Amino acid sequence: MNIEAIKSIYFFEMARTRRTLLQSVVSPVISTSLYFIVFGAAVGSRIQTVEGVSYGAFITPGLIMLTLLGQCISNGSFGIYFPKFTGTIYEVLSAPVAMTEILLGYVGAAATKGLLIGLIILLTANAFVEVRIEHPFMMILFFLLTAITFSLFGFMIGIWAGNFEQLNLIPMLVVPPLTFLGGSFYSINMLPPFWQAVSHFNPVLYLVSGFRWSFYGIADVNPLISLSMITLFLAICLGTLGWMFKTGYRLRN
Amino acid sequence: MSSIISVANLSKTYGSGFKALKNVNLDIKRGEIFALLGPNGAGKTTLISIICGIANPSEGKVLVGGENIQTSYRKARSLIGLVPQELHTDAFESVWATVSFSRGLFGKPKNPDHIEKVLKDLSLWDKKDNTLRQLSGGMKRRVLIAKALSHEPEILFLDEPTAGVDVTLRKDMWRVVEQLRESGVTIILTTHYIEEAEEIADRVGVINGGKLLLVEEKAALMAKLGRKQLILELAEPLDKLPEHFAGNGLSLEQGGTRLVYNFDAHNEQESIAALLTRLSADNIHFKDLSTRQSSLEDIFVALVGGAK
Repeated sequence: MNIEAIKSIYFFEMARTRRTLLQSVVSPVISTSLYFIVFGAAVGSRIQTVEGVSYGAFITPGLIMLTLLGQCISNGSFGIYFPKFTGTIYEVLSAPVAMTEILLGYVGAAATKGLLIGLIILLTANAFVEVRIEHPFMMILFFLLTAITFSLFGFMIGIWAGNFEQLNLIPMLVVPPLTFLGGSFYSINMLPPFWQAVSHFNPVLYLVSGFRWSFYGIADVNPLISLSMITLFLAICLGTLGWMFKTGYRLRN
Repeated sequence: MSSIISVANLSKTYGSGFKALKNVNLDIKRGEIFALLGPNGAGKTTLISIICGIANPSEGKVLVGGENIQTSYRKARSLIGLVPQELHTDAFESVWATVSFSRGLFGKPKNPDHIEKVLKDLSLWDKKDNTLRQLSGGMKRRVLIAKALSHEPEILFLDEPTAGVDVTLRKDMWRVVEQLRESGVTIILTTHYIEEAEEIADRVGVINGGKLLLVEEKAALMAKLGRKQLILELAEPLDKLPEHFAGNGLSLEQGGTRLVYNFDAHNEQESIAALLTRLSADNIHFKDLSTRQSSLEDIFVALVGGAK
């Protein structure tokens, strides 16, 4: 195991985060605050509680998920895409490192950054509403698994993407609709039966529901199903990446 | 001398169907400077990329330091430092950070003293805190060399190291290369500047169209393929060559004032002496004499041209 290399990549990536602190940390805090003002104050004044939880508190786990998914995907994809774009990838490819070590460095940094931003949003939310966490262990587990899975997913996008448009395609066009329609801002029990059924095809529903359950003990789907789904996504990402590394897909061809 | 790199039956076909390398066999000796010559698109960079692990081979086997580059890639790659042709750098990193990063990537523990020495050798020390985007092209080239040397490699690949580089840097670079060679590092370089290969290399390989056309000791190559030319400025112009001199590589030029003799380098002694004696016997005198030896460039052009 080339520990030095993993450390080098990890800290290199974290240094990039420090340099872009404003964009990386401040902007998600501002956008989260806006969500609280718009949804919490405007919508919340009409809905007030969902299944016994105040609306502002109800949307907090969904907001954290929204940002966590977006951040992990974009960090994970940018981390590997940028060296590909500038050409500096030659060095990583010619170094005595296994692809799994490269993955640990880049994905570890992307997930760390996502987790930090998630925590900051949790603290920000706490300033607006009263947030309680009923199942802290499960909350951490969901938090970690989601961060890792979607950083891996981002890494895959970064390897696949041939230009900046493709790089932004999924984080900009696919993730937001899925998160907005995945019950971040409402319980799917509020929907007509047909749309409830459709929602079950949305992977983000399972993440948001499970994560919200760890906060308030309320869920749209059984938390164990949520946990199984996220483990399944993790396995799919690892499997796909394994195939990519084995064939040298878009890196060593 | 033992081989430090051994390339056997190596072929590479890209996804587009383009055959970049065709059955290349090459052995690089430990401690030598090997120059790989070839026109653009000949396969030089592809060959280097495969040896360094950047591209997967389609067929064939490569050993570096006796280790297979695919099954034992950690050991193989840790021996190699690569300076790529293009100036690929992280614009926003500092020189110090990027060179230290390279060392870590190759699994070596931090060693600020070594990094300091490398930066000083390449006249980069006063730029160590600058970010790469503030540097000129030549300085970036130095940084890439520093990165390649950061992990103390036994083999250094220089892919077109002097393309677009000024004289000062070129001299600095050859000085570093010389130091490295003295410390036992094997150096493989590709270049368009044939004078450089001629000046610095021990052996020369010529590649074109994905095929390795030849590999020779530089001196042997020059001797074997080098043509020599003897030019005599005649004291009195000749209308035409006396008949018994005709053929044999002799010709009159410049309105009969110059006699040019083309001959092979390996039988020069005898021929020149014999020719001069014969000329003198015929009362043909000359006021000046010069010889010219074909350069590696002429040889190269002849080879590559002939292969087309």
